[in-house]
Amino acid sequence: MADALEGRAPIVWPDRLRVAALPPQARFVFRGDAEAAARAGDAFGATLPMTPCRAAADDARAALWLGPDEWLLLAPPGTEDGTARDIAAALADLPHALACVSDRHAALTVSGPRAETLLAAGCALDLDPRAFPQGMCTRSLLAKAEIVLWRHQPASFRLEVRRSFAAYVWDFLAEAAREHASA
Amino acid sequence: MLLIACPHCGPRDEAEFVCGGQTHIARPGPPETTSDAQWARYLFERDNPKGLHLERWLHRHGCGQWFNVARDTLTHEVKAVYGLLDTRPDVT
Amino acid sequence: MTGAFRTTTGGRIDRARPLSFRFDGRAFTGCAGDTLASALLANGVHLAGRSFKYHRPRGILAAGAEEPNALVGIDRGPGRYAPNLRATQVEIHDGLVAESQNRTPSLRFDIAALADFAAPLIPAGFYYKTFMQPAGWWAKLYEPRIRAAAGLGRAPRGADPDRYTQRYAHCETLVVGAGPAGIAAARAAAARGDRVILCDEQAEPGGSLLAETRARIDGLCAQDWLAAALAELAAEPRVTILPRTTAFGYFAQNFVALAERVTDHLAVPDPNLPRERLWQVRAREVVLATGAIERPLVFPENDRPGIMLADSARTYLARYGVKPGCRALVLAAHDDAYGAALDLAAAGMEIALIVDPRPAADGELPRRAMAAGLPVRMSATVVGTRGRLRVHEAHVGTIGADGGVRGVDVVSCDTLLMSGGWTPSVHLHSQARGKLAFRADLQAFVPGATPQACRSVGACAGEFGLQAALGPATRVEDDPVREGGFAGALPHDRPRARAFVDFQNDVTAKDLTLALREGFRSIEHVKRYTTNGMATDQGKTSNINALAIVAAASGRAIPEVGLTSFRQPYTPVTFGAFAGTSRGELFDPVRTTPIHGWAVAQGAIFEDVGQWKRAHHFPRPGEDMHAAVRRECAAVRARAGIFDASTLGKIEVVGRDAAEFLERLYVNSWKKLEPGRCRYGILLNEAGFVIDDGVIGRLAPDRFHVTTTTGGAARVLSMMEDYVQTEWPDLQIWLTSTTEQWAVIAVQGPKAREILAPLTEGIDLSRDAFAHMAVREGRVAGVPARLFRVSFTGELGFEVNVPAGQGRAVWEAIWEQARRHDAVAYGTETMHVLRAEKGYIIVGQETDGTVVPDDLGLGWAIGKGKRDFVGKRSLSRPDIAAPGRKQLVGLLSADPGHVLDEGAQIVAMRDPPPGTPALGHVTSSYWSATLGRSIALALVADGRARHGQTLFAPMPGGAVPVAVTGPVFHDPEGRSLDG
Repeated sequence: MADALEGRAPIVWPDRLRVAALPPQARFVFRGDAEAAARAGDAFGATLPMTPCRAAADDARAALWLGPDEWLLLAPPGTEDGTARDIAAALADLPHALACVSDRHAALTVSGPRAETLLAAGCALDLDPRAFPQGMCTRSLLAKAEIVLWRHQPASFRLEVRRSFAAYVWDFLAEAAREHASA
Repeated sequence: MLLIACPHCGPRDEAEFVCGGQTHIARPGPPETTSDAQWARYLFERDNPKGLHLERWLHRHGCGQWFNVARDTLTHEVKAVYGLLDTRPDVT
Repeated sequence: MTGAFRTTTGGRIDRARPLSFRFDGRAFTGCAGDTLASALLANGVHLAGRSFKYHRPRGILAAGAEEPNALVGIDRGPGRYAPNLRATQVEIHDGLVAESQNRTPSLRFDIAALADFAAPLIPAGFYYKTFMQPAGWWAKLYEPRIRAAAGLGRAPRGADPDRYTQRYAHCETLVVGAGPAGIAAARAAAARGDRVILCDEQAEPGGSLLAETRARIDGLCAQDWLAAALAELAAEPRVTILPRTTAFGYFAQNFVALAERVTDHLAVPDPNLPRERLWQVRAREVVLATGAIERPLVFPENDRPGIMLADSARTYLARYGVKPGCRALVLAAHDDAYGAALDLAAAGMEIALIVDPRPAADGELPRRAMAAGLPVRMSATVVGTRGRLRVHEAHVGTIGADGGVRGVDVVSCDTLLMSGGWTPSVHLHSQARGKLAFRADLQAFVPGATPQACRSVGACAGEFGLQAALGPATRVEDDPVREGGFAGALPHDRPRARAFVDFQNDVTAKDLTLALREGFRSIEHVKRYTTNGMATDQGKTSNINALAIVAAASGRAIPEVGLTSFRQPYTPVTFGAFAGTSRGELFDPVRTTPIHGWAVAQGAIFEDVGQWKRAHHFPRPGEDMHAAVRRECAAVRARAGIFDASTLGKIEVVGRDAAEFLERLYVNSWKKLEPGRCRYGILLNEAGFVIDDGVIGRLAPDRFHVTTTTGGAARVLSMMEDYVQTEWPDLQIWLTSTTEQWAVIAVQGPKAREILAPLTEGIDLSRDAFAHMAVREGRVAGVPARLFRVSFTGELGFEVNVPAGQGRAVWEAIWEQARRHDAVAYGTETMHVLRAEKGYIIVGQETDGTVVPDDLGLGWAIGKGKRDFVGKRSLSRPDIAAPGRKQLVGLLSADPGHVLDEGAQIVAMRDPPPGTPALGHVTSSYWSATLGRSIALALVADGRARHGQTLFAPMPGGAVPVAVTGPVFHDPEGRSLDG
């Protein structure tokens, strides 16, 4: 499967910053009310958080709160059919919407001690760990592109980007990262 | 740039939002019982106050939800944020 | 030696690090730590610029951002020329190249200084009065000449090769100004554990402490205390200190813009560093510690080189080790001028005379000056000066009890220092929409209430003195109270003499009183008529004096006259800082489809459609655009073509009420649409006008695949969310944007079925099993696909939707099959031509936001018996139901070879008289390879009743006759749809 960031070598400034593209991923948008979300979480294998702007994840799966009735689900590549089947079966009697969007996004990580500073070149969110702790996620803007930003590790952010914006986001980060090349 | 407290996501920069103009404007209907004058008011007539303005905002690059904002057009002070279907807040 | 006027010790410059620089081609040497102004003064150079209007020689007036005179251009090489920089803020480095402005050919001899001799003829408002007659001369003579003389400095040539970045920042406390009050505020905030940003426009933080000579703080000299305080702040991980950073704009909700100059002070910058960085700070609280600006005094001929602000002169000595001259006359309306005289005298400068317009000065500093034997004359003022390129004498008169001035004593001097007291820098407070209050004792405005979490501290709040700035917990010794202050024009007995108020725009006290005599009352009008305060310095040194003059002349108090607005930016900001990385490739996102790379490899020519790059046509070697498009059109009609339609907007509408939702939104009927079928949907706004269209397929009873126009994707989704959330929260449906999930490959033409058949699994493509306007799910080229049977060409057509990541592979597989049938890849231009031949509209081309479905002949699409949908009520509004509306027609030009211009107006007569309203305009116009002639679509009043008429398109080369026809030029029966 061709990814929008295929062939982009990571940007690495040792001990400071790393920007790297992520491999393909199964993705769904799940929409429904709290009851549906709870049951979907059981079927999916990761809880769909009810707290705004929070993600729940294990090694293989993650559910990101995007809106009061909207979650982004991430699962291993190739699990689309099974996941859709499982959720549909579990929610047969509950109104909801599930749309597969595996190919809608490209994803990348920005990590290292300068990660917050690099993202601050184009993102107006307060990314201090006190304001944006591990596990927090949200849709926002990076420069002129919409992103989903998730602090999935203490010093690493995952960015989900619409695939046609991926090249722009990458090039923007590469340009903004330049000033971090010099210690 | 305004700072707007989305009822779901908390304070965010104006750039994440789209302003939908004056709020609490009911869509008249059904068409056959709506007079031309009523419909024209709905389409075209809006307040343009200096001071308190009740308006709709969409957190487009956020949670995707529409909500209402009571904003002072002179100072840009956001005096209240409330749900779309909520009643007018007690602000001046 | 770094200048004859450099002291041997003292100051913060490094005498061991001499730096060479050039000013107007002449080589000079300065020291590390110098500004351009201090280095020039160290070399005895005061003459630094020419005034804007009269081209009068001007010297360095101040030592900071308020400098009105010494504006220079800095040349850092091709594309790197920065005009209008204040020499007082330019740090020198080895190899710096600076030049003066507004002079021809040289600063010492400026030909335009003739304007100065003509000064009596060019008072305020001169332009408005003089260049009115004769009328024709304005464009031919006056304007070109004025333009040549206007403008300050020159713009750089060529693109700016430097890089600029931007950064958002958040903090609990933003402190603007790192003088004593700012440092105290930052320390207090840091002690609370706040995130603190402390910014200062100067190279070094410290503000007035950098030049403090007298006071001791906690037992230390000011510089030692400062070093310790800064070290303590720097050690705090949550404190960010930003030198060379100007807070230039204060916006709503404590959003403050800072411009950081990162590399301009470096001889050899690190190429990875940006030249400047724009900070956009959101602070919980903003502390303004922006200090105060010393006020010049307004007296005749107060603008000669060598005439300076007294405390600026003292700053040059204390901070830069520079004596501003040899013999100074000091005009002191404020005690601080006595302090300057004491310091300069101690450094060996001769104080010729201290002239004080006040009847008495009994403050600590005047007493010390008198005790030190400095000559002082009270109740006196300067009534004139001499010296063309440098002041060499001052004329001192006595102010009588009646306020008149008598007697003239000539005092020779090479420096004249003046102080009218201090004007608090309330610019940012005012930008924050804070109120101002006038304090008569200071003759100045100080901050009042503010709607934001913002407070002013220290001198900018009118609280002067180190103790007030540092607070009671810090012990300050020997910082005596200084009093005084004067605003307005000093008295004199020379009615013809010019006393300058605004140095940069050459506004005199007389200009201001003239404006009042001519009837201007509002200070905003006086400002614009005289241009006082409208130069690049925005009147930092002139506004209060101008206000006081206007108040006195109109018999009003200063607060009654009011203040002109303070606007962003505080000092000029480069375009680069605002643009940041948004230039070149990063100016705007460039969106490409999954098939883009293939089109590039095929040599496609692209067009911009919003942010998308779309293949416009695929020229073969030797083909121009027209040839390529003709070939592509003919191939699609004769065999087939494949087209990348991936940019189409797509929205998955899911839920029990999905059909009801579309029923309420679109004009069409949806409830009876069977799963597996599609319909062409038209979307109106509530005003009844067409805003989007697209094919909508029903995949299941509760699931629709909605397509929108390329440009409308985001807008339609927002509109749908709006109605779901606000109007119809009762409906159980959800929306998901799938625009980028799917790559869309259109296969169009009589061979379309044969091309797809070998690749398609699980879908019967036969005519009977898969009718026009149907949708099926299956696999194409081994990939799960949604296959629509739709046509935007009039030919048999399919649109293959596959996951975007597989788009390129599936495209290439289809291309392999297509080539076997001698089919082509075609671009957007061919798509446009083919749809125009069929009379299919494009929203945004045939519509302009004022077109209802019936205007387009699409009234048939409106669901019969539908009670309501978005825009329905508007369709029966009187002006929409009235006759005479513009309707879609086809136009055939009389000369079949003539392709009309899109946008051409359509009229009934060959040569209509001027003012005749047009009947309509051409919306689309092409060469049709299918018909072998030109075709056009147009919106024409009562167009459907005009079929057969001849109308005209007036063009510069003469009117073009056109015949009105129906909008469908090709295959009106639709025979080709089934292949």
